[in-house]
Amino acid sequence: MPDAVKSVEFDVLRYRPEQEDVPAWQRYAVPYSHDMSVLQALQHIKDELDGSLSFRWSCRMAICGSCGMMVNGKPALSCQTFVRDLLPGPIRIEALAHFPIERDLVVGVDGFVKKLEGIKPYLIPKEPRTLAQGEYLQTPEELEQIEQFSSCINCMLCYAACPQFGLNAEFTGPGVLALLHRYNADSRDGGRAQRMDVLNAEEGVWSCTAVGYCSEVCPKQVDPANAVNQNKVNSAKDYFLRFLSPKGARR
Amino acid sequence: MAAVKRSNAPIFWLLFGAGGMLSALLGTALVFITGLAVPLGWPLPADLLGYPRVLAFAQHWVGKGFLFIVIALFAWHAMHRILHSLHDIGVHNGALAKLVCYGGAALITVVAAAGLLSIGF
Amino acid sequence: MSRKAYLRPMEGWWRRDPFFVRYMVREATAVAVLVYTIVLTVGVVRLSQGEAAWNGWLQAMRSPGSLVLHAVLLVSMFVHAKSWFEIMPKTMPMIVIGGKRLAASTITRSGWAAAVVASIVLLSLAGWWRP
Repeated sequence: MPDAVKSVEFDVLRYRPEQEDVPAWQRYAVPYSHDMSVLQALQHIKDELDGSLSFRWSCRMAICGSCGMMVNGKPALSCQTFVRDLLPGPIRIEALAHFPIERDLVVGVDGFVKKLEGIKPYLIPKEPRTLAQGEYLQTPEELEQIEQFSSCINCMLCYAACPQFGLNAEFTGPGVLALLHRYNADSRDGGRAQRMDVLNAEEGVWSCTAVGYCSEVCPKQVDPANAVNQNKVNSAKDYFLRFLSPKGARR
Repeated sequence: MAAVKRSNAPIFWLLFGAGGMLSALLGTALVFITGLAVPLGWPLPADLLGYPRVLAFAQHWVGKGFLFIVIALFAWHAMHRILHSLHDIGVHNGALAKLVCYGGAALITVVAAAGLLSIGF
Repeated sequence: MSRKAYLRPMEGWWRRDPFFVRYMVREATAVAVLVYTIVLTVGVVRLSQGEAAWNGWLQAMRSPGSLVLHAVLLVSMFVHAKSWFEIMPKTMPMIVIGGKRLAASTITRSGWAAAVVASIVLLSLAGWWRP
């Protein structure tokens, strides 16, 4: 059955630093089809209407985390957001909130990457094994403790959702803290002590005020709000028990 | 790599959490009893807060302890949240903001303690 | 790595989404907790100043202004309790009992159950305690 709607309007926040000082809205009329995603609409704009429009994308299937942007004021993956759910329009498209805009829908991610590197996002084995000793074994129950947190695709929608990150760019933030938890909570990992500094800092868990919007917008149901807030208990334990153990309360 | 400074937030956060839990469990009932039911004389009798009864309650170590814990924890909970709300609306959490908020909670704690102690046992 | 990157202002951020408005309402319940705490503290001070002072406080608590105020405080305390038990599951680690994860809704309902029990105990003690 042919679509009744023929064309949908998109208002995109443009920013070309070489020709303007301040972002400005630009409207495009995009031919509509029932199955199109916002990403496909942007690709139509770039291919047919305005080749200067810049935006990130890759997999088209909500796993690479590249296409995060604000759709009608809410953080979303453009490949997973469908125009039929946003009718009649006009649909507002803007770069991910709380990040500096480099150009059009492209934001600066250096800060995020640096924070991610800072939490040692890899397994630091509790008891290192040689190849001859075989795999690091883990029960299904132990896997369950970390599985949801390991689903993070680094899309940064949670950062766009988090007002505390918006108010203070130094806040480690929901995604990175969720990944920190993913490693600390892994039964094979023994690197907890090396990650405590990040947790315990003011810019660690203590900048979070449990707004909870990060978990609402996460496309992978990671629940970063849970990761951050349960680690407030861990950080508090570390704070008060550090005087009891000679090595500090880091075991 | 230089060590990142450890935050002292846990102290205030634990007080915030304890006060928040206590006020979530009992706050509604307390406001109802002291602020509406007894002053109106319904559905609880007006003499429930009569001087001899309340004095005896506050002189007993259980009553005194209860009143102190409620007032102190409610105060630290409220001030911690207010301090962070100030940050949310753009007021920087500098030394002055912390002094006003946490200092206010400390003041309420001290005044309540002094009052409860002077009531005697 | 920025070439004249543009940072959008945060002014008015919480008005931009109903989720944030609800968050600010939740945080604002702290003001009611503070006001009630001050009312109680003044009461304790008046109690320590003798019967006449205490009766003065009781009189003030019976005034129409105080009754309206406490009606507002009552609603706010309830909103606080509701939002507190709703956020409580986010503060807890994953609990698996008999192979099944403890649901957030279960944790919230347990909080409410505890509040109801505590309130009933408090109301009973308030009504029946004799020195």
